[in-house]
Amino acid sequence: MTNTQVVTLREAASDEGGVSFDGLVVTRDDNSGTYTVTTPEASHGPLETDELMAVAKSNAAYVTNWYYWTQSDLTEDEWAFLRWLERAAENDVRDRYEALDNGIERAWGEISVTTTISETGQRQYSLCNVADREHTALNEHTDPLDARQIAKYDDDGHYRPLKTAPTLQTGWQFTDLTGTEVLQTIDFIYPATVQNWYLERQDELDISHWRETAERQTGIYDIIDELDPEAVEWLATACCVDSQCLKRRQWDESEDSPLDVPRGDGAFPCREPCSLVIAAARKWTRLEREETREYTFELTPSEKAQIEDLIDAVSDGRTDDIREADMKDGANRYRARYLRAKRFDENGQLCGVTTDATDPDS
Amino acid sequence: MSQALVIVAHGSHLNPDSSTPTFAHADTIRESGAFDEVREAFWKEEPSFREVLRTVEATEVFVVPLFISEGYFTEQVIPRELRLEGWNVADWDSDGTSADHATLEARDVGKTVHYCGPVGTHDSMADVIIQRAQSVTDDPAVGSGFGLAVVGHGTERNANSAKAIHYHANCIREQGRFDEVQALFMDESPEVDDVTDHFESDDVVVVPLFVADGFHTQEDIPADMGLTDETGTYSVPGTVDGTRIWYSGAVGTEPLLADVILERANDAGADIESAIERVKELTGGVVTA
Repeated sequence: MTNTQVVTLREAASDEGGVSFDGLVVTRDDNSGTYTVTTPEASHGPLETDELMAVAKSNAAYVTNWYYWTQSDLTEDEWAFLRWLERAAENDVRDRYEALDNGIERAWGEISVTTTISETGQRQYSLCNVADREHTALNEHTDPLDARQIAKYDDDGHYRPLKTAPTLQTGWQFTDLTGTEVLQTIDFIYPATVQNWYLERQDELDISHWRETAERQTGIYDIIDELDPEAVEWLATACCVDSQCLKRRQWDESEDSPLDVPRGDGAFPCREPCSLVIAAARKWTRLEREETREYTFELTPSEKAQIEDLIDAVSDGRTDDIREADMKDGANRYRARYLRAKRFDENGQLCGVTTDATDPDS
Repeated sequence: MSQALVIVAHGSHLNPDSSTPTFAHADTIRESGAFDEVREAFWKEEPSFREVLRTVEATEVFVVPLFISEGYFTEQVIPRELRLEGWNVADWDSDGTSADHATLEARDVGKTVHYCGPVGTHDSMADVIIQRAQSVTDDPAVGSGFGLAVVGHGTERNANSAKAIHYHANCIREQGRFDEVQALFMDESPEVDDVTDHFESDDVVVVPLFVADGFHTQEDIPADMGLTDETGTYSVPGTVDGTRIWYSGAVGTEPLLADVILERANDAGADIESAIERVKELTGGVVTA
C-alpha cells in the first residue's frame, strides 16, 4: 500500500457520502474531524488522521482494492469486464485477494486470462490460449498490438477471416498487462466482444435479426433476402454453431421467429449475421434458385455410404485427421481416389452422368 | 475532450495481407500520439463497420475511409453500417473527387462522427504517388527522362472510380516533374495492357492506386502489362517492348499514406497539427504545416 492510496482514501472519505465500496466503509465526522472505518470483520473509530493511517495499513486489502477499482479511468464496460475476470461478484475482498495471490483464471472464448495482484493492489493480467494453460515454453509478448498477428493465422498458418472461429493459434502468451492493455489485447483477438457482452448484461444488446440484416443489404448482397426461413436454418447450422464460431447467436430469423438451431454456449453474444455469413448467404441464395433434377446413379451401398462419409468428413473438418492407411474410413484419401478412378468419367462426372447446366454466375 | 480516429477499409475474407497497410498506417498514427485512440475497422473483417464505434471510448470520432475513390462504399455502405443519422451524400457537396467531411451522429452509440472523404481523393495523394515513384526507383529526384502511369481499377459502373485517377494524373502532370503522365485502367480504356503504347520514355514508373497488395496488384496488372515471366514473377525494373517498367505495387502500402489519413482528419477539425509534423518525420513526408 502506498501513501498516495491512503491520502486519496482520506480525501474521498471527506467527500459527501464518504467511501463505500466492496465492504469498505470510511466516513468522516465533520464536527469532530474524526474518521470511522468499517469492514465486514470490524469497525474502527472514531479515528484521528494518524490513527486512520494505521487502520488503513492493517486493512490494506480493502484500501488497495478500493483504490484500484475507483481511481481508474475505465469505461463502464471495461470496469465490469475486469471485475468479472477476478470474480468480484462472487467473492469478498479477503477471499479474492487470497485467490489473486495464486492467480484467478477465466476463459474468454479460447483465451485464458489470469489476474494476479501486486503489493499495492495493482492488477496484472496475463493471457494465453486455453490449450496452453499448462505450457511454459510460450512466446512472450507485452505489446497488445502483437495480438493482431496472432489472431490472423491458425496453427497451420491458414488465414482466419473469422476472429471468433475456434482456431485461435497456440504457443503465445502476454504477461504483465495493465487493465487497459488486457482489454486492448482482447479487442484485437475478439473485437467488440467485451462491449457486446456488457450490453447484453445491461439488457441493452442491439440485436439485428436475419430478416432486418438481409433487407439492409445492397449491391451484390441485395439478393440475400430471397433465402427462405428453412435455408436460414441450414445457414445457421453450417456457420453459427459452437464448432464453427465461439459467439453465442442471439439473432433469429426475426424477433418473432426464432431459429431452431442451438444458439451455442459462448461467453459473448453474436448480435447480427457477420460479413462471412452474408457472403456465404449470397452463394446459397444463388444456388437455391436452381430447381432439383432427377439423376440416376449406379452405386454399391458402400459407395453411397462412402459419399456420405466424405461429406461428413469435410463438414466436420476432420480430413487432416484421417490416418493415411485407415481403409475403414470412407473419407480416407486412397478410398476417395479409388472411388474417383472407378466412378468418374474423363470429365470428372459421377458415373458419367451429365450435370445439367447450372447458373453461370452461381 | 478525447478524440478517436477510426480508419475504415475493405479488408478481405481471403487475403490476409489486405488489412496490412491499414494496420501499418494506424500504428504510425498511434505512435504520433495524435489521437487518444486509433482503431481499424473493415467491411470484410473485424471489428466490422457495424461494431467499431462501440470499441472506442471517445465521444468524438474521426472516420477516415482507406478507399481510393468516392462511390458505393464511401457514399452508401460505410455511412449505413456506421448508422450515421441523416446521412446524405449531398452533405459532402462533392464533384466526385472533392469530398471533405460531414459531421453526424452515430445512432447506436450516440457519438459525434466526423465522416471524412476517402484518402484516395485527397490532394496530398499526388505526393504519395510521387513518393512511391521515388521509392521504387530509389531516386529522390526521379522525374526527368521518366514517364509515370497512375493505374486505377476503373469500372463502368461508377464514373468516380476513374475520376480520382485522372485527377491525380492531371495534378502530377501539371507539376511538370515527369516527362509524361498517363492515367490507365484495368477494366476500362485506356488500358494498362497497352502501357508501352502510351509512353515514349524509355523508363516508365507504374503506380497502381490500390489500398493493398493482392491479386490485382501482384498478379493481374503485372500480367496485363506483360511484365511477368513464366513463373508469374516480375523484376523491378522489368522490360516490356524495350521500355523499362518500374512497377511499384499498391500505393496504399506507402508509409506516407499515414499523412493523408491525418490530413483528412485535420481538414475535418481534429486537433492534430503538431502530430502531423511528427508523422511526416516518421514517414519521410515534407513538413508543410
